[in-house]
Amino acid sequence: MSIKQISVFLENKPGALYAMTGVLAQNKIDMRAFSLAETSDFGIARMIVDDVYKTTTVLKDAGFINNITPVLGVAIPDVPGGLNKVLQALTDAKVNVEYMYAFLGGRDAEHAYMIFRVEDNAAAASVLAQRGIKVVEQEEIDKL
Amino acid sequence: MERYYQPEIECASREQIKAWQDERLVKQVRHVWDNVPYYRKKMEEKGLTPDDIRSSDDLHKLPFVTKADLREAYPYGLVAKPLKECVRIQSTSGTTGKRVVAFYTQHDIDLWEDCCARAIMAAGGTDEDVCQVSYGYGLFTGGPGLNGGSHKVGCLTIPTSSGNTERQIMFIKDLSATILCCTPSYAAYIGETMKEMGLTPDQIPLKAGIFGAEAWSEEMRQDIQNTLGIKAYDIYGLTELSGPGVSFECSAQTGMHINEDHFIAEIIDPDTGEVLPEGSKGELVFTSITKEAFPLLRYRTRDICMLTREKCSCGRTHVKMCKPMGRSDDMLIIRGVNVFPSQIETVLLNHGYPANYQIIVDRVKNTDTLDVQVEMTPEMFTDNMGEIAKRQKELVDGLRSMLGLAAKVTLVAPKTIVRSEGKAVRVIDKRKI
Repeated sequence: MSIKQISVFLENKPGALYAMTGVLAQNKIDMRAFSLAETSDFGIARMIVDDVYKTTTVLKDAGFINNITPVLGVAIPDVPGGLNKVLQALTDAKVNVEYMYAFLGGRDAEHAYMIFRVEDNAAAASVLAQRGIKVVEQEEIDKL
Repeated sequence: MERYYQPEIECASREQIKAWQDERLVKQVRHVWDNVPYYRKKMEEKGLTPDDIRSSDDLHKLPFVTKADLREAYPYGLVAKPLKECVRIQSTSGTTGKRVVAFYTQHDIDLWEDCCARAIMAAGGTDEDVCQVSYGYGLFTGGPGLNGGSHKVGCLTIPTSSGNTERQIMFIKDLSATILCCTPSYAAYIGETMKEMGLTPDQIPLKAGIFGAEAWSEEMRQDIQNTLGIKAYDIYGLTELSGPGVSFECSAQTGMHINEDHFIAEIIDPDTGEVLPEGSKGELVFTSITKEAFPLLRYRTRDICMLTREKCSCGRTHVKMCKPMGRSDDMLIIRGVNVFPSQIETVLLNHGYPANYQIIVDRVKNTDTLDVQVEMTPEMFTDNMGEIAKRQKELVDGLRSMLGLAAKVTLVAPKTIVRSEGKAVRVIDKRKI
């Protein structure tokens, strides 16, 4: 039902993000999606990767605090109004979106993919399914 | 069962302790008058001769000795024995100025090691124990003092000194060390490293720790006790007086017994110099009444403290001092408010943060700024930005109510605050005043 997102604590200072991407590059981690949220002194890097276990391990060994957060992945037809339709469904069901970010579908040119962080992944997924909106599983992400 | 190294002294009657102090003080004053021109001059300036000091009740008449006196008299000005009778020097780190160099005769070292032995036995140590001394050895008094005390108790002593933390843990495990002696910040670091190595407290043979040489809070004690699975005992001392073992904690863990057969303690008003009654908070002053080579009369420690003669459950009769509430030279004055690093530590630990922190004081546009940097931990981290910001704000509020001052809290990445193998560097004051 949900996708495993890795969240990493970063200091908001020059080189902090670069140090982390360096670890990912060295270990040949392939990122599917990436987003950065920040305050004036710290930030959280959020990402979807090809190998969750390996990524959390190499980051931990390199001293980066991280955790896994279950998020919802949604495939949206890449046409005007696609996102609006998804948000309408969530709004109707009174599901609050904490944050969201997009990524392109790789080899799949028909869809845009979006990551949603909501309180209850299962409830949100069933609301979307009722409206015929496709929720993406971890295995599909892995194959992209 | 409570164990004592010298029960006849440690549990002596108050009358007996007073009698020892009277006799030894009179003798000590005569000794410095005869052998230290610096002291004779100070006494003469107050119109005193040794005949004015007839018992410990006359102690208050004597002039104080301060760190400034020690610097002025550096290196030999306060030495009361011919150098050929001295066998050792020890020295302070000199972080607050010129180093203080203290001298010892063999007899001085013997009595100092007795004091450390009392501390080890009060922490439950016997000749069955394996005692790892991870204080620095060398000029610093921590290593040599506890090493000597450990020998006197008959512990199998592992003189690892500080540093090389993984090797420390290897010795603790492989040689089944039961007692650990080091600074509290190093004990916390050893605990943190053990955790990273995947060791749990029950895999570690340690049962007690004797930690001192820097200020640490009650919360930090709880933290160390939990991570290492031990009882953590405080020990207090100054190089100027001998080293660790001027006072030490017993099983009651409610203050440190001062070795009153060697040191007379007073609490004074730091501004007026007036002696305050028992139970008052003020500056701790010590007179060493048995030291031969480097006797100090009424030495002002700068430590803010309280004394109590309330009966202790351990059976010892010597006066107890509380954990120093701060040193007047550790004290920061920020926007006119007195701030002790130990207050900040208390707030951090109460909010679930680790004891790895640094306090950065600066002056921006003529206003003092206080930035408390604290490391993020896996336990505290969450993907929820609002939740982290909320905890950060709670910490700011906690600091404000403790200090009466607005502080900034900066969360930094793990391991970015330098770990200490000796005394931790807690404060960076960038103000140019």
